[in-house]
Amino acid sequence: MRPIKLMGHERSLTQVKFNREGDLIFSVAKDSTASIWYSSNGERLGTLEGHLGTIWSIDMDSETKLCATGSADLTIRLWKVETGECVFTWEMPSPVRRVAFAPDDSRLLAVTDQVMGRTGTISVFNINYGGDYTQQEQEPEVVIETRTDSKKVTVAGWTANSEYIIAGHEDGSVSKYNSKTGEFIQSVQAHGIHNEEKVVSISDIQFAPEDGSYLITSSKDKCAALIDVESLEILKVYKADAPMNTAAITPVKDFVILGGGQEARNVTTTAESQGKFEARFYHKIFVDEIGRVKGHFGPLNSIAVHPDGTGYASGGEDGFIRLHYYDKSYFEFEYDTERTERAIASGTT
Amino acid sequence: MPEQDQYKELEKEISLDDVTFSDLEAKYTVNPDFGLDNFIVVDGAPIAPEAKIPILQKVLRKLLNTVGEVVEGDEGIYMPLEGGKSRGFLFVQYKTAQMADAAVQQLNGKKLDQKHRLLVNKITDIEKYGVEGNVPTTFQEPQIPPFKSHGYLRSWLMDEQGRDQIALHFSETVGVYFNKKKNEPEPVIEPRKGFTSKYAKFSPKGTYLFSIHPQGIQCWGGEDFHSIFKFIHNQVRLVDFSPNEKYMVTLSPLPITLPDDPAERAMFPFGPESNGHKLVIWDLATGEPARTFALPPHLEGQKEMPWPLVKWSFDDKYCARQGPGALAVYETPSFQLLDKKLVKIDDIVDFEWAPAGVHLFGTKSDTGEHVLSYWTPESTNQTARVALMKIPTREVIRTINLFQVSDCKMHWQDEAKYLCVKVDRHTKSRKTFFSNLEFFKLAEKDIPVEKLELKDVVINFAWEPRSERFITISSLDEGSNNPSVAKNTITFYAPETQTKGRILSTVYKSFQEFTGKHCNTICWSPKGRFVAVGTISKSNGELEFYDASYEDDKHPKGSNYAKLLKTEKYAGITNMAWDPSGRFVAAWSSSWAHTIENGYRLYEFTGNLLREDLIDQFKDFIWRPRPASLLNAADRKKVRKNLREYSAQFDEADAMEADAATREAILLRRKLLEEWKAYRAKYAGKSIKKNDVQAEIIEEIKEEIIEEKEEVVE
Repeated sequence: MRPIKLMGHERSLTQVKFNREGDLIFSVAKDSTASIWYSSNGERLGTLEGHLGTIWSIDMDSETKLCATGSADLTIRLWKVETGECVFTWEMPSPVRRVAFAPDDSRLLAVTDQVMGRTGTISVFNINYGGDYTQQEQEPEVVIETRTDSKKVTVAGWTANSEYIIAGHEDGSVSKYNSKTGEFIQSVQAHGIHNEEKVVSISDIQFAPEDGSYLITSSKDKCAALIDVESLEILKVYKADAPMNTAAITPVKDFVILGGGQEARNVTTTAESQGKFEARFYHKIFVDEIGRVKGHFGPLNSIAVHPDGTGYASGGEDGFIRLHYYDKSYFEFEYDTERTERAIASGTT
Repeated sequence: MPEQDQYKELEKEISLDDVTFSDLEAKYTVNPDFGLDNFIVVDGAPIAPEAKIPILQKVLRKLLNTVGEVVEGDEGIYMPLEGGKSRGFLFVQYKTAQMADAAVQQLNGKKLDQKHRLLVNKITDIEKYGVEGNVPTTFQEPQIPPFKSHGYLRSWLMDEQGRDQIALHFSETVGVYFNKKKNEPEPVIEPRKGFTSKYAKFSPKGTYLFSIHPQGIQCWGGEDFHSIFKFIHNQVRLVDFSPNEKYMVTLSPLPITLPDDPAERAMFPFGPESNGHKLVIWDLATGEPARTFALPPHLEGQKEMPWPLVKWSFDDKYCARQGPGALAVYETPSFQLLDKKLVKIDDIVDFEWAPAGVHLFGTKSDTGEHVLSYWTPESTNQTARVALMKIPTREVIRTINLFQVSDCKMHWQDEAKYLCVKVDRHTKSRKTFFSNLEFFKLAEKDIPVEKLELKDVVINFAWEPRSERFITISSLDEGSNNPSVAKNTITFYAPETQTKGRILSTVYKSFQEFTGKHCNTICWSPKGRFVAVGTISKSNGELEFYDASYEDDKHPKGSNYAKLLKTEKYAGITNMAWDPSGRFVAAWSSSWAHTIENGYRLYEFTGNLLREDLIDQFKDFIWRPRPASLLNAADRKKVRKNLREYSAQFDEADAMEADAATREAILLRRKLLEEWKAYRAKYAGKSIKKNDVQAEIIEEIKEEIIEEKEEVVE
């Protein structure tokens, strides 16, 4: 599995993402420029320039018409992907840590950080597709503030029907809000309960590629958790030996990929092999670790899986994106239990 | 004065009889015992006529002031008179209760002169015990608590497969497991969170497990590791045991202070004589302290504490402590100084007990004698010395003189037949160092000493258990100290018989050398023959496994041939240990040392890696020690003869075990898969959105000129 190295960012990657078709990769980094790449050969299609600080997050709508970036320069920018021009800018009171389009493309959520004396929020904006996209409302439709019984929100995403927002908190809890009213529905302590780690902040949240009915969260507590969206029940827990920054669920195969590694400030004291800068593959159902992919020489900050399940891209603290396409053996790998199960299933039908 | 008027008005309204002052009375009542702690009663003073009383008082005041400050004037000392004479007793008031305590402790029984001995008591004690009726006159049998069985404390030895137990300490949790080789260790008890605040430790024969807490030490045992004893010792840090686990020694940086509250004091294990002591010897059978000691003054305030501070003879009969210029040898169980005298040894640096009974030439004792060795450094007009002393007679049975010595280390062979003293010597310029090995042969007549002079500095030395062979790690000291150059040598030595005329003697000859190593740690298998040599360092940890009695066609049995069986890299290694049966070697990376690759690895004695487990915040891997085998030589021979049969049995058990483990794993996976399918079934057909990508593949052909070459064709 020879990776394609996408070298274009000057600083640590913060998020990488495939569009729905999987032909483009969107990446943002601390160097304030977003990049769009062809996933087939790793060539850069173009950049989105205009932010003045670290871009924390990027997302695009289902047809890759629009793309939104959230930055530490206190703005969210909306871009027309085709031309790369910025069509709208929302001014926010504090740095934006996460943006996400609703699956029905009608709205955009933004997680703002709880710093500079501001309360952390999830703000939901309506997206107007009319005209040349420049006619957007400056004010959010709904603002969900940090609850008093909880710590600030670090990441958030939409359920498949765009009805609810699932948020991951700094205290390791995962909670569900109504996206129309902002009403709090329920919450579960997903991290910080599997071991004795002190830092338990949730670092990533990604939904099941098949139907979004379950999701995976990664956390600094060195674990990742698979959670049912409807009941918020913890289905599986994957344990690693370093703080995890990202987790993704693979289509086609029943795997999950975790990425992370020794904290950047501790890295210089350890050799590469000891920093745990590997993408880790776990079996989604059996929770066993299956394999690791080496290559980065800093912690992995973001992993995105190709929607067809043919590969994945990882963005690291080292400033590189590594794009992998799986070998044949990846698709052939099966546990005996799975093989017999499949044999039985095919025999009966 | 309007206020006063108002008050008067009020007074008229309220009748004083109706007001109860009980709350105020309770608040201001005077405790009749209050302040009596400062008073002592001194009895046994001379009876003097009134005229001489001022002189007597002056004398007594001077004496009483030596331990504290007596209150000035008549309030300080009151001497009742009767018939113009003093009555032989007096009341004394000190400024503080502590001073009064000190007076009782230090002055009671003090001889004033030939005829008069002072009896000093606290006035509260006199009230408590002196008043009739306070102390019952009839003997009341003390209540002995009913015997509580702790179950069979050695139950783990009855494991059918003879497996060894291990205690694993990771993050805040300690669990005890059975070693299952390749497979995950099987928990004996539920791993306990917050089990110890520092470390866990087994007693030397494995009977008890100990945990350290700020309040003291907790002892656990039995099949379920229930609590057996609590040893109260505030802020205890270091623990050690006598070899037969009869006694435990603990040290705390905080001196013992008696609680002020009498009720607490009754529960406190130490008496007033232990006040200020830091070192405690406990009787493990009763859980009571046997003796307490103050720290020797030269060790007070030292950061690095030499440990153990108390060293034991092989049978727990004697223990010894080293002080400046003397050795204090105590007899058990009384813990009184042997013959009530210290053993004076000027400048003593270190001593070691023989680890077994010594059978000296010409003596016929079954158990052997107690012998200890010690060394003293060079001083003006005096060479350095290593000596052997018999206890309890204190007879020095052998001494050797050494010069240009910078350090000595005494290595007893485990059967106490030989003592090797590693002498690090320096050249006259003190620039380079080299080592001599001095061997005392205790079982031979007059204890001959053989000297092995080396050019190298010996870094490490270890006897093979129950054998006369040993290995050393040494390096040539050339002054340069580049740590990246591998210049250490592992040398295997064996005795060789020599005949000089008619005299038979053995000399130690090296039979194998392995050069160019980084290694620094020697770990012999407890059963001998196999040895693991480790490199425990920051950058490149490594383990090497040797067979010191390798046999093949070229090297027949008994020919002393050492072979390197396997070399294993282990970057993070911080510690290593053999299991008590000599079958496995555990190596681990402890988060106490660093946070790299914390976890443990388990090797076979040949160096085959059986198991690797990376555990976050892994701290310690502790094999549970075993008591000495009950098999005698004949039994052992029988086992060895039938080894083939036994090994077949064990192979079968292993195979079954492996099968069971696989089956279990498959069953678990099947169950998980079923559960997952059941979970997914809920969403079947509910798929919200198909990934209806209409892909259109656009192929673009780009032509690029890579190279242009012009050739002239003629």
